[in-house]
Amino acid sequence: MTILLEAQNLCRQFGPNIAVQNIDLSVKRGEILGFLGPNGAGKSTTMKMLSGNLAPDRGEIRIDGYDLLSQPKKAKAQLGYLPENPPLYRELTVSEYLKHCGRLNQLRGKALTSAVDTVIERCGLGEVKRRLIGQLSKGFQQRTGIAQAIVHNPAVVILDEPTSGLDPLQIRQIRELIREIANEHSVILSTHILPEVEMLCDRVQIINKGQVVFADSLAALHQQRYNSSLKITLANPPQVTELNSLPNISAVEIISPQQFRIVYQPEQDPTENLLAVAVAKQWALNELVREQDSLEDIFMHLIKDDASIAEVKN
Amino acid sequence: MWCVARLEISRLFLSPFAWAILALVQFLLAYLFLSHIEYFAQIQGQISAIPGAPGVTEMVIAPLLNNAALVLLLIAPFITMRAFADEHRNHSLPLLISAPLSATQIVLGKYIGYLVFFLLQLTLIVLMPLSLMAGSAIDFYQLGASMFGLILLVASFVAAGVFLSSLTTQPVIAAVMTFCLLFLLWVIDFAASSNLSGQINWLGWLSLLGHFQPMLEGQINSVDLSFFALFCFVFLLMTMRRLDAVRLSR
Repeated sequence: MTILLEAQNLCRQFGPNIAVQNIDLSVKRGEILGFLGPNGAGKSTTMKMLSGNLAPDRGEIRIDGYDLLSQPKKAKAQLGYLPENPPLYRELTVSEYLKHCGRLNQLRGKALTSAVDTVIERCGLGEVKRRLIGQLSKGFQQRTGIAQAIVHNPAVVILDEPTSGLDPLQIRQIRELIREIANEHSVILSTHILPEVEMLCDRVQIINKGQVVFADSLAALHQQRYNSSLKITLANPPQVTELNSLPNISAVEIISPQQFRIVYQPEQDPTENLLAVAVAKQWALNELVREQDSLEDIFMHLIKDDASIAEVKN
Repeated sequence: MWCVARLEISRLFLSPFAWAILALVQFLLAYLFLSHIEYFAQIQGQISAIPGAPGVTEMVIAPLLNNAALVLLLIAPFITMRAFADEHRNHSLPLLISAPLSATQIVLGKYIGYLVFFLLQLTLIVLMPLSLMAGSAIDFYQLGASMFGLILLVASFVAAGVFLSSLTTQPVIAAVMTFCLLFLLWVIDFAASSNLSGQINWLGWLSLLGHFQPMLEGQINSVDLSFFALFCFVFLLMTMRRLDAVRLSR
């Protein structure tokens, strides 16, 4: 598959603060790359560099084969960008605004009209196309921002926190829209919301303090489980030591007098054995829930790892 | 470049601000125009006997366009203040930066947009002197030179205004800075003219008024033309540099 956007060794400093250090990034055709990190990790800085709004100190960025620094016009023609704050003009109506955006991206005449009509339909802006942007709800403004990014049919679309500040229904609609966009464009999506990545992205790149701490497919991220556990509720519980002595159990944690968390290695599943023993000894098993490390835990783990390494260095 | 200009013009005319300014300036100048005519009508009888006496062009049109220059100096900062300060404040500059446009195209586009607005204003203004044709002969060469001077003057106002607007995120600060700069350059030759004669009068050379006055009298000097051209060029170049500097900011 062709690589549409490629960045190598991006570095950026703001005064003495290193915002981004040695970030490599690539997106293939038709792929959604999730760019994940806590607030202040350097996500927006990276997005700004990829979209040409900020010059990197070092490193190179190629969009559809064109170098963003030496051939900016050709590269930017293949790029759609929605910044954190959508760049809207409140005094224009939606269709006027999108027409101007198309013109800025070198669409003319019939191509312009049809591009604007298509994008209004795709983003579900039909009912508000004659209204002033300043009077629209945040959700519609965000959609207008997304429409602006895809009106000229770019190869790569960069969306910086597209769902921040929206209500749950709007978030769901925007996510559907993003998934639809990914059918035709490559998307880089920056966010700090983990379920969003789980739902939308093919590949994840996690950064923390300006450095990449993880970059692989979503499946690989799920495999990064450190351990698995079962939560059980017993009406007639035995001593903890008795639970501990069962095979394949690495630890038992007491949640309440009747609830226990049983931790085990992923490859040694003790469930079957545990059930048999519970029945035989009449522990009266009420509940057994398989707990998996959520993406959240993995994320926290990756970020914590990094922080502890930094502490050791200091 | 033209699409940036077009965007700027449509945004300008969608706000009531531009229309209000067009109307109010026209009203103000119409009042001054009428008072100049009245004065001319009063003294016409007395000066008609003198050979080579000033005609209607010198007595009405020249003072009117001189007033127009001053009024435009007052309002230009309020029009140009939005150029980049507003974009910075709205966070809408990335729209232009991520589009396949160079800094030169963005700056020139905005500049042309504002220039079109002022050309419209000047068209409205020139209608007043032209209406005198109904009752009198006017000196078209002097009127032409004056209008040309006024266009160059306004082009300089806009260039300075666009540059100062790119320095700040507060449109009002941009307006005040532009006004101060233009006013300083307007009155700077008051200080210069009090200097002893014979010295090289470089302060006077900087004066916008000093370069506009000869054109108002019908003289087009290459020195004045190059002054205005240089003035616009320098400020537009600085704006482009400034736009690039945003990308490189620390």
